[in-house]
Parts: sequence; structure tokens; C-alpha cells
Amino acid sequence: MRVLVKGAGVAGLTVAFELAARGATVTVAEMRHGLGGNASWFAGGMLAPWSERESAEQPVLDLGRDAADWWDAVLSGQVTRAGTLVVAAPRDAGELDRFASRTSGHRRVDENEIALLEPDLAGRFRRGLLFPDEAHLDPRQAMAALHDKLATMGVKFHFGCDARPVSGFARQIDCMGMAAADDRLRGVRGEMLILRTPDVSLSRPVRLLHPRFPLYAVPRTDHRFMIGATMIESQSAGPVTARSMMELLGAAHALHPAFGEAEIVETGVGVRPAFPDNLPRVETDGEIIAINGLYRHGFLLAPAMARQAADLVFSQDRTKEHAHETDGQRRGA
Amino acid sequence: MLELYGTELSSRLLLGTAQYPSPAILADAVKASGTSVVTVSLRREMAGGRAGEQFWSLIRSLGARILPNTAGCLSVKEAVTTAKMAREVFGTNWIKLEVIGNHDTLQPDVFGLVEAARILCEDGFAVFPYTTDDLVVAERLLETGCKVLMPWCAPIGSALGPVNMTALRSMRGYFPGVPLIVDAGLGRPSHAATVMELGFDAVLLNTAVAKAAYPVGMARAFGKAVDAGREAFSSGMLEPREVAVPSTPMIGRAVFS
Repeated sequence: MRVLVKGAGVAGLTVAFELAARGATVTVAEMRHGLGGNASWFAGGMLAPWSERESAEQPVLDLGRDAADWWDAVLSGQVTRAGTLVVAAPRDAGELDRFASRTSGHRRVDENEIALLEPDLAGRFRRGLLFPDEAHLDPRQAMAALHDKLATMGVKFHFGCDARPVSGFARQIDCMGMAAADDRLRGVRGEMLILRTPDVSLSRPVRLLHPRFPLYAVPRTDHRFMIGATMIESQSAGPVTARSMMELLGAAHALHPAFGEAEIVETGVGVRPAFPDNLPRVETDGEIIAINGLYRHGFLLAPAMARQAADLVFSQDRTKEHAHETDGQRRGA
Repeated sequence: MLELYGTELSSRLLLGTAQYPSPAILADAVKASGTSVVTVSLRREMAGGRAGEQFWSLIRSLGARILPNTAGCLSVKEAVTTAKMAREVFGTNWIKLEVIGNHDTLQPDVFGLVEAARILCEDGFAVFPYTTDDLVVAERLLETGCKVLMPWCAPIGSALGPVNMTALRSMRGYFPGVPLIVDAGLGRPSHAATVMELGFDAVLLNTAVAKAAYPVGMARAFGKAVDAGREAFSSGMLEPREVAVPSTPMIGRAVFS
């Protein structure tokens, strides 16, 4: 069966894998000229369904629970399973209690354990929460690795495509995010920074709680840290604002003063596609199956959405064959 | 019935629209609360012209009257510009005026507030000023043409509840004919009931509902508390007494023994 996947963000790449692994002949068409620039490119890459539950609904935990296993199985070596550490300044200790009461899958850690987990944070925070089963990956490395893997599986990529309708495919999977023609979608702007400093090392994503400016720092290779991310009800993809940058840098500095001396390697803005309930959907419209609305949970929820879409493709395929048989039998009768 | 700038409102709860887990939960919370006025902030969504349009249309579809606010504005000029843009975006002359004087406490800059209120009232706005419980500032705001006052009861988002009951009582006493809406600092439904029992006309809140574990349930709880407080105020509450008074007659009992 020939399937066209439109969009090479995390939704498109994961569904391309699920389909190709189940024997479909997959083509991926992407409007951009490479893998970069979409919302996935600016993601944090945290596979953190338990801590996300603080502000997300239960389906995010249910659908995201197996994400780290999926990524690990598909791309070995890309996933770091070191958990998530959540800390707050003493003044904001109430935020930590609130976070703990809204989430599960964590345990309290004291100053000594924080020092053992993250030596560079020793003495900076008295109390924290460790979510031991969470994981993270570098979205850009993971997307590149998944692209390469798909290519070896025979998936064809076409970059720089326009949105013209195409024929010759049994199914199309629309993974175009904000570019999809769906007026229920809205954009939620996220601004992020990449800082580089050899003076701080972190082994896992660290969330710094604050009543107004919560922050996460995700360690990447080469002394780089992804610092994110704002959540603004706007579909503007324009450059990061001074105010957002000040907030992100202020929070990073509060996490560790050495971030004050870090190089700002990159600033980025992604517009997350979201439905009104902020939950993703897999929907069928004729020959087209759409995966969209991954909001701030692209890498976390894309595997589950990809599986659902692939299930739909193959079950429809069986239904169709079955329907043909039935027609044939009728004709024969 | 509560009347604000000539508009009759069925509910005495005004609800903010920020920080909910999703617009869908916000919509359910608005419904559950029974509110007839929602506030919405423009400031951050202004980046890129009308880039916040999708969220604003969700707000418009809630079916409640919209009270745009100038949240986060730190100067008179910024607040006035935001108010004018809000009038254009939402087609209303109502504006909840915030001029913030301190970044940490989010305390209103009352000097800037009075100045911005004068400019906006002259321009035909129906101004809802977010102010402190200071009586002199309140008088100045009324002089500029404000017909409603919105005193805080604690800092924004603090969930502390009424920290200065004496000030709130005296404010109610000094301005018997002015609609007074307690805005900011309410944490739980009992706080809302408490200020309503003092005779305040309405309450405005956001974080206490949006950041609750179940915003929809909390919205409903606040709706009931506001109603309970108002009805209690209208029904004449007992003043505390030093002596116990039995609720059943003591006839036949040797009460004076």
C-alpha cells in the first residue's frame, strides 16, 4: 500500500515509521527545505508525562507513558533515562507542594539528594521532586536519526513541496500542524533559548517552579542547554521578544548563576498547534487521516498518535478488502 | 441585580480567562461558575498585530460579556494604548484598568492609575480601575469619572484572601452607592463569601479557579460562595454576642438557678 505523509515534523516522521515498519510504501512530503524550522525543531524533547500532568489532562499521561520506550526501541542511544528534577526557591516552596499534589510518579528529595543527583545544584535548593521514570532526548538529533533510519527503510523524502493535491496514493496522512486547513486549531507561541556554558552540568531536565515564570532547562551535548519555554496565546512566529528573553534568562540565572555568563547560541520560536482541549487528535476524512494538535507534547505524544493512525490505515485497508469481497460475493450470487 | 455602567448582570462573579489548562476547560469553568462577565488580557498576545485572534475568538464564543484588561502594563501610556486596542478588538468601551507599580508585588501604581483613568474616562471608556483599599485614591478615581471601583484584598494571584478586613469595611462604608468589586487576592470560596458578606457588590478572580486541580469544580464552588455571601448580606446576619443564646426555649428549666 502506498501512503503519502504530509509534513516532516515529529508527527509525520513517527507515523512514517509506524507505517513503513508495518509494510507500507511511504513517501514523506515537506513544504520546508529541510527538517528544521517547524514546532518540533524548537521542542524541549522532554518525555515527561508524569510532570506534565501538573497542567495537562489525564490522556497526556496515558498516551505518553510509553513514549520513552518507543523512541528507545526505534532509535537506540537517543533517549536518556535519568528522570526529571523539579526544584523551587525557598520562597516558592508552596509551588512545590502544589506541583506534588497535582502529579504522581515522583518522590521528594532533600538538599543532600539534590546534591547527589545534580552536583552543580548542591546547596542551591532545599527541597525538590524527582520523577525517576521520565526521560529526554535531543529533538533535532532524534529527527535527523529518524529521517536517516526511514531512508534506509525505503521511505522517500521530498523537501520543498508545495501544497498541491497529489494522486497515486491509497492513503494520505496530514501531519502539517499549523499549516493544516483546520479552523479549530489555534497557535500557542513558544519561545526558547539555547545557552552554552561549560560552567554548569546537568544530567537531566530540571524544572524551576515559579508562580509567574516557570522554566525548564534540558541539557544537550557540547555544554548546551535548551531553556524554555513561554506559552503565549498567539500564532505569531516572529522573533523572541525582549520581555520573554528577560524572563527566560532571569529564571535560568535563578537556577544557576553561571547561566549569567553563558553564550546565547540561539533563540527560537515555534508555534504549537492546539485544539481547544489542548489534546491531540487522529481523525479520518475519506482517504485522508489527520494527526494534529500535539500542542506542547510533540515528542511525548507523537508515538501514540502514530500508532493510532497506522492502526486506522491498516484496519481500514482490511475493511476495504472485506467490503470488496462482500461486493464480489454479492455480484457472484 | 448588579448594575455596572448601565448594564444589568445576573451574576456577581467576574472570571479571568488566563492560565487555564485548556480553552475547553476555561469554557466549562465559565459555564459552571454562572459568570456573566469574563476578563481577558491583551498585552502579550499583541505581539504580531492580531496574532492572538484565535484565542480571542474562543473568548468571544464563551457567551459572557467581555471586560478587557490592561494586565501587566507598567505605565500610563502603555495602559491607555492597550485600552484603545482592546476597544477595537472586542468592540466594547469597558476596560479593567491596571497600572502596575511594582513588578514583585504587582501593587497598583495609584498615581498612574488616576491619570490613566482620567484620560480613558474623557475618551468615553467605562473604566473599572484595579486599585488598593485606600479611600483617598478611591475618591480621586471617582472624580475622574469612574463609576465602579475594584479594590484588591491581597496581591494578585497570592490566594491570601482578605488581609485587611477593617480597610474593606471602611471602604464599603465610605462609598455606599458605588459598585465595589473585590479584585485580586482571593484564594478560596470562603474568601469570596466573606467579602460578599461585607456588602461588596461582586468579586473578580482568576488564578484561584484556573490553577485549581479541577477548575470547573472550583468555578462552581466560587459561584455558590458568591451567591451565598450576597444572600447572607441581604438577609441581615446576626452580630456576634458574648452570651450564649439557646435556639430552643428553655421554659420549665431552672435557667436562673
